[in-house]
Amino acid sequence: MIPASFDYLAPTSVADALSALAEAGDDVEVLAGGQSLLPILRMRLNAPDKVIDLGRIKELQGVSEDGDHVVIGAMTTYADVLASDLVRQHAGLLTDAIAEVADPQIRHRGTVGGALVHADPAGDVGAPALALDTEFVITGSGGERTVAAGDFFQDLFETAVGEGELLTAIRIPKHTGWGHRYEKFVRVSHQWSIVAVAATVRVDGGTIAEARIGLTNMGSTPLRATAVEQALVGKAATDEAVRDACAAAADGTNPPSDLNGDSDYRKHLATVLTRRAVLAAAGG
Amino acid sequence: MTRISVTVDGVDYSDEVEPRTLLVHYLREQLGKTGTVVGCDTSNCGACTVHLDGRSVKSCNVLAVQADGHDVTTIEGLATNGELHPMQQAFHECHALQCGYCTPGMIMQAIDVLNDNPNPSEQEIRVGLEGNLCRCTGYHNIVKAVQQAAGAGAATGSSAGTTSGSTLGGEPV
Ligand SMILES: Cc1cc2nc3c(=O)[nH]c(=O)nc-3n(C[C@H](O)[C@@H](O)[C@@H](O)COP(=O)(O)OP(=O)(O)OC[C@H]3O[C@@H](n4cnc5c(N)ncnc54)[C@H](O)[C@@H]3O)c2cc1C
Ligand code: FES
Ligand code: FES
Repeated sequence: MIPASFDYLAPTSVADALSALAEAGDDVEVLAGGQSLLPILRMRLNAPDKVIDLGRIKELQGVSEDGDHVVIGAMTTYADVLASDLVRQHAGLLTDAIAEVADPQIRHRGTVGGALVHADPAGDVGAPALALDTEFVITGSGGERTVAAGDFFQDLFETAVGEGELLTAIRIPKHTGWGHRYEKFVRVSHQWSIVAVAATVRVDGGTIAEARIGLTNMGSTPLRATAVEQALVGKAATDEAVRDACAAAADGTNPPSDLNGDSDYRKHLATVLTRRAVLAAAGG
Repeated sequence: MTRISVTVDGVDYSDEVEPRTLLVHYLREQLGKTGTVVGCDTSNCGACTVHLDGRSVKSCNVLAVQADGHDVTTIEGLATNGELHPMQQAFHECHALQCGYCTPGMIMQAIDVLNDNPNPSEQEIRVGLEGNLCRCTGYHNIVKAVQQAAGAGAATGSSAGTTSGSTLGGEPV
């Protein structure tokens, strides 16, 4: 299938992209890697008058270090994040999760920014971003603002990025030395998560000192399993102690029911996957 | 219409395209390179896989305008002077195809797998090909072909003038 006709703009700076966005009016879509947007346009679920391609804006690409944060430009591809030693070393949970996204071809094109703004609740990047307390840098004509992860994801496919704004970067506080694991449950390879759990923990002398847990596809946005995070603090990194703490993983969630499983099944999966993810992250 | 300049299989092209034109349609319909095929409507099957600047992409999920200024290699650009690329040869020898519909994409992705990792395990080959579906073979002989090609040092030679490191064979000029 072929998208409906549109006008195409490929600015080479954020400033130019923002003025193009401002001039374009309502009926405009921003194109990043296109791995979600192009299928949408091809299926004619959307038919914008204008498409603004961010692909030629160099300043949005790449991974860098800023004090105790790792900064990832919104247009950095999955493949480039996977290849980044900085990310692996300081935010290994994100590396784990991205390795599970789609397939190599899609990871060569898809971008971290595109995935986060698309905000599909079954997407694999939201939960680790949330667990890692990521800050979202959003730029509009009025300048730059930073939004905490907890405020970024607002609803199904809805984020804090407003009309006329772009996500320009994410800033991840370094979690150097933390263990990490993304447990993704699918029935066939190359599938969207039925449920997945992103866990990163700091173990000190065999005891869990801190834990951060994000849940994928357990509601309309990625969720933090805060009750489990708290219950894990001070626990030995053993199967029994972790099992008890993880029993609450699905508390307060409202996961969807669909062909892949009903809501209760997803809740069960969340507790099992949380236990596996935490144990693996703790090196157990 | 937008003018684009693209290098495809070592040849420079400059063409007017509608912005909505998918790369796979540009290759097939405007350049007549029908070696790259379309197998699905959802970007799942991988039959349309080509290399863009030396990295595999699904050409049904890229706009031709996004390829402006870039380098594309298709299945048609692999053989040199009538000699099959080692990966093509391995698919032939291992009987890694039946109907052959998935084969152009499968070979392009298999080369990408070896470019990334010249000595993959069987599991790494299977995971590397997870975005390419085959309805006929059961994958077994495809995996064998990739193993054989890896043994023959087919880890490179995917494309002309790309950024993907060294190239051994298959450089169209
Ligand atoms: C076959 C297939 C399998 C997949 N499997 C998975 C999977 O297993 N797990 C998974 O998580 N995902 C999966 N995906 C989805 C994929 O990860 C995309 O969601 C991701 O690549 C989107 O990033 P993009 O750069 O391609 O964004 P695009 O598709 O270009 O854009 C997505 C949306 O975000 C907006 N946008 C993009 N960037 C910005 C920005 N900087 N500022 C403001 N708005 C912006 C666009 O306007 C658009 O609405 C799959 C996709 C396909 C086709
Ligand atoms: S035709 Fe491109 S993935 Fe199926
Ligand atoms: S050989 Fe027929 S689809 Fe693979």
